[in-house]
Amino acid sequence: MIEIVISAFILLGAFLSLLGSIGILRFPDVYGRLHAATKSATLGVISIMLAVYVHFHFIEGVFSGKVLLTIFFVFLTAPVAGFMISRSAYNVGVELWDKSTQDDLKIAFENKEKNKKKARS
Amino acid sequence: MSMSIFVCFIRIVKGPTMSDRVVALDTIGITLIGIIGIIMIIQNTLAYAEVILVIAILAFIGTIALAKFIEGGVIFDRDRN
Repeated sequence: MIEIVISAFILLGAFLSLLGSIGILRFPDVYGRLHAATKSATLGVISIMLAVYVHFHFIEGVFSGKVLLTIFFVFLTAPVAGFMISRSAYNVGVELWDKSTQDDLKIAFENKEKNKKKARS
Repeated sequence: MSMSIFVCFIRIVKGPTMSDRVVALDTIGITLIGIIGIIMIIQNTLAYAEVILVIAILAFIGTIALAKFIEGGVIFDRDRN
């Protein structure tokens, strides 16, 4: 019974990870690729580490805090890394896909420049 | 999982900008954690837990450093007025 649960978690994790990689290959611009990388791959790795934890807890009888710490750390840091890459890519001038319609950060940057000019004059 | 890493390598070689390569490298680091987890179940040992933690921390720090690097090397904005 417990082997079925472990196998299901591992298969789900491998499938989600492969799906994230295909998303990285197929999406048209950097910002779409970041969605695939940070969400799908992170969920796949969390599922696999959950399988590792269940395996060692219920079959071997060993409690492993490091595996749970890994789950927590990956869950915490992957969105932060994605956000940093996205902001640096926008600042260095990577263009959006030509079919995307909304650019909120550009409006924010223009308002910032306007306020700066107003403060100088 | 190895197919996943292979697809990321294609994106690293092909990627049009530097940010694409950084994204693919970050995903390779995350996928490597999953591969080591499966190796832990196959070999039935708990010895690789520290390896997983170190790889997670190194992937995070490397991604942050590369993002700062392609932005121009300035860590904080010094443009106060």
